[in-house]
Amino acid sequence: MSDTTTTTDELVLRVEDLSVDFRTDSGPARAVSGASLEVRRGQTVAIVGESGSGKTTLAMAVLGLLASNGEVAQGHIWFRGEDLGAVSPQRFAQLRGTELGLVPQDPMTNLDPIMRIGRQIDEGLIDNGLRSPRDARSRTVELLEEAGLPDAARRASQYPHEFSGGMRQRSLIAMGLSGRPALLVADEPTSALDVTVQRGILDQLAGLTRDLGTAVLLITHDLGLAAERADVVVVMYRGEIVEQGPARQVLTAPQHEYTKRLMAAAPSLASRRIEIARERGLDDVLDDALLTHGAEATDEPGATTPSSGSAEAPLVSVRNATKVFRIRGHGLLSRGRDFTAVQDVTLDVPRGGTVAVVGESGSGKSTLARMILDIEKLTSGTIEFDGAPVGGTDARSRIAYRRRVQPVFQDPYSSLDPMYSVFRAIEEPLRAHGYGDAATRRARVEELAEQVALGKGVLRRFPSELSGGQRQRVAIARALALSPELVVCDEAVSALDVVVQAQILRLLAQLQEDLGLTYLFITHDLAVVRQIADRVVVMQDGRVVEEGTVDEVFDAPKTAYTRALLDAIPGRDLELAL
Amino acid sequence: MLRLVVQRLLLLIPLLLGLSVLLFAWVRALPGGPVTSMLGERYTPEAAARIEAEMGLDQPVWVQYGKYLARLIEGDLGTSLRTGRPVLEEFLTRFPATIELTLVALVLAIGIGIPLGYVAARRAGSVVDHASVVVSLIGVTVPVFFLAFILKYLFAVELDWFPSAGRQSVTMVATHPTNFYVLDGLLTAEWDAAWDAMMHLVLPGLALSSIPLAIIARMTRAAVSEVQNADYVRTARAKGIKASRLRSDHIIRNAMLPVLTTIGLQVGLLLSGAVLTETVFAFSGIGGFLAEAVFSADYPVLQGFVLLIAVVYALVNLIVDVSYGLIDPRLRRQQ
Repeated sequence: MSDTTTTTDELVLRVEDLSVDFRTDSGPARAVSGASLEVRRGQTVAIVGESGSGKTTLAMAVLGLLASNGEVAQGHIWFRGEDLGAVSPQRFAQLRGTELGLVPQDPMTNLDPIMRIGRQIDEGLIDNGLRSPRDARSRTVELLEEAGLPDAARRASQYPHEFSGGMRQRSLIAMGLSGRPALLVADEPTSALDVTVQRGILDQLAGLTRDLGTAVLLITHDLGLAAERADVVVVMYRGEIVEQGPARQVLTAPQHEYTKRLMAAAPSLASRRIEIARERGLDDVLDDALLTHGAEATDEPGATTPSSGSAEAPLVSVRNATKVFRIRGHGLLSRGRDFTAVQDVTLDVPRGGTVAVVGESGSGKSTLARMILDIEKLTSGTIEFDGAPVGGTDARSRIAYRRRVQPVFQDPYSSLDPMYSVFRAIEEPLRAHGYGDAATRRARVEELAEQVALGKGVLRRFPSELSGGQRQRVAIARALALSPELVVCDEAVSALDVVVQAQILRLLAQLQEDLGLTYLFITHDLAVVRQIADRVVVMQDGRVVEEGTVDEVFDAPKTAYTRALLDAIPGRDLELAL
Repeated sequence: MLRLVVQRLLLLIPLLLGLSVLLFAWVRALPGGPVTSMLGERYTPEAAARIEAEMGLDQPVWVQYGKYLARLIEGDLGTSLRTGRPVLEEFLTRFPATIELTLVALVLAIGIGIPLGYVAARRAGSVVDHASVVVSLIGVTVPVFFLAFILKYLFAVELDWFPSAGRQSVTMVATHPTNFYVLDGLLTAEWDAAWDAMMHLVLPGLALSSIPLAIIARMTRAAVSEVQNADYVRTARAKGIKASRLRSDHIIRNAMLPVLTTIGLQVGLLLSGAVLTETVFAFSGIGGFLAEAVFSADYPVLQGFVLLIAVVYALVNLIVDVSYGLIDPRLRRQQ
């Protein structure tokens, strides 16, 4: 895809030695430092980096949309010959929506919840003088159709909450392109969506920008995505651009240490299940361990998988589990309707093994997890844990069950109480279950912190002072506090950057080995599955559509749905490139 | 939306029934029973028996309750023990004054509180922001009656800008078909009477508005601070829309959701706060009458007032919920 669209050399954007500072209570903090890059007409330039690397700050500086405490400290941003640092706020506002477009990251939070979708696009067209108030709507419908929103005319008069994530993202794309900008900033445009939806939307976006000759500044943490979609890749690390060049060159022959690490940590189809023996003691040496490992350990199916297919009774045994939710009716007398979230699911989780349940959002995988955790009641069927029905019959046996099964949830930002110190968060389950006295609990908390590789100093801190990876370590320590047998990880690493994700997955694998844990992994991310699981269960619309060992499912998927999920993983190109 | 209104109005029925049981039981539970409190020092066993028979208190409790309920449904709230006039009539002459006062206070609280909170949030750390903190603190910490005295002294006694007491100047001759004095003046085209009534509302209205104003300003500030940093506001700015549109259509509309709920809750506070304010300004609303009723254990009046407040409160919150639904489509769906 490189070289095909660089026929015109018109320079659209030139960022020159740009530094951005944020005013904080403890003085200015530099978010971007001395960054330079160029974007030409029709070109897609990807800025790759983990969260906090400054990639979004750089993009927002280009759009003049830095948070109120941010400012350009030095350098210039030239946009089609105009120095954006010197233009008036009015001129900048004029450029936004016409010459400059934005497709923001999270479709759930980027649309005004109380305004109809159509009007949110109309207003930009009207205020930028592109259409009169009378003609705006028909143009809006055209734009929505162009972005691939079906039934756009009717949809335009609906509200965001009536849209799925993918439909919202399509609306945001229509919005970003409504002024036919010369430069479109696409900030993680699909990271919040299911993989199958991602692909369709990225294709649509790529097709549109190609047809319109729009230059795209693509912000992403996903190397695979960058490899697939960009002509030029710019790698940012801690506010600095550490490497840039043609996509293929950067990805096949990374020069900078961080790029190499990023490459190594990128979960791709090539990575195999992490073997603890190899990883032990190598935790901090991220370098090429995983990469070489991925290449070497190609075919040892089930070599290290404990107890797969053995005669030992499974730890968890789900039989014909079904969950029906009643959706409340609208009227006083209407009876409501039933929604079957999980239908007739049967599966086993072997002791000491890792089973991954994969599927898109709405597939019922989280409901299944909640039923196994005894948070949600079964409508019919049975779930047995260690030979006894889940949850037991009375309050006491339910509490006993809670000790043996612990969850780790998706969002490390919202699953920790912001008012609890790390120590208190980890100690809480010990207290709740009457574990020892204060001194014993302290010793146990310190032991747990060590197990998850959190320094002692961290125990006094609060969640807001921790990184995403550290928070997830806290969540894991909290889950392990009561020495559970089963840990249910509901998208436990989905919110993390790849490098951190790899660290956490390694930690989980090591803990499994040390403590004999059994894992149930709920995820939409097939690349993660390949790294951690023994067995995979694929769910769609509440049913199990495919089940097998990781190698069976990945190498020879039996259903079209599984194949679609596999095909949709960004980064297959990356793998081929290697 | 209509369904919501009907639904909520129907919910009033069990609410009022429950309340009537409580109020009925409350009077039964008065020390010595209602008759003793009615007779006070004039108590003799004969008088007590006579009144008990008169009021039907010698009948079984459930019969008594049934009769009480039947009278309520007919709109008969009983007779004031103190004035000997029907409670409903007493309310009809006095309540309009309180409603007028409450409305003025509410308009002031909203009209000043929301812009103040908005500017404070948009210019966080500025002089306006700090001033709004001071105003809010004064609003919630200074007791209403004290503020009322100060306002009266400064603006009525010293400066003589506004009248110091009452609802209408003694020299004013006006007719009052509804007992809402401002409305009456407008209806009967007695413009001077309407203006006079309005001037009488300013100081008590200001005093009464202080607490809700402070709370509304703080709520608005918090809501606007949050909304102005929301992703969708940044996206709206990325669309290059006009600043005025960003302010009115995106920031204020979204920020109003939590503020609306607060406003609904303030109305209850205003009604109870009116008692003190009315006393200071000799404003002949329900407040002073109610205070008298408390001291003289005029329980039919108190019972009636509780019922009245419950209905007003429920209606105000219904209005809040409906406007909430009008602004927020997500709620419209759930409802």
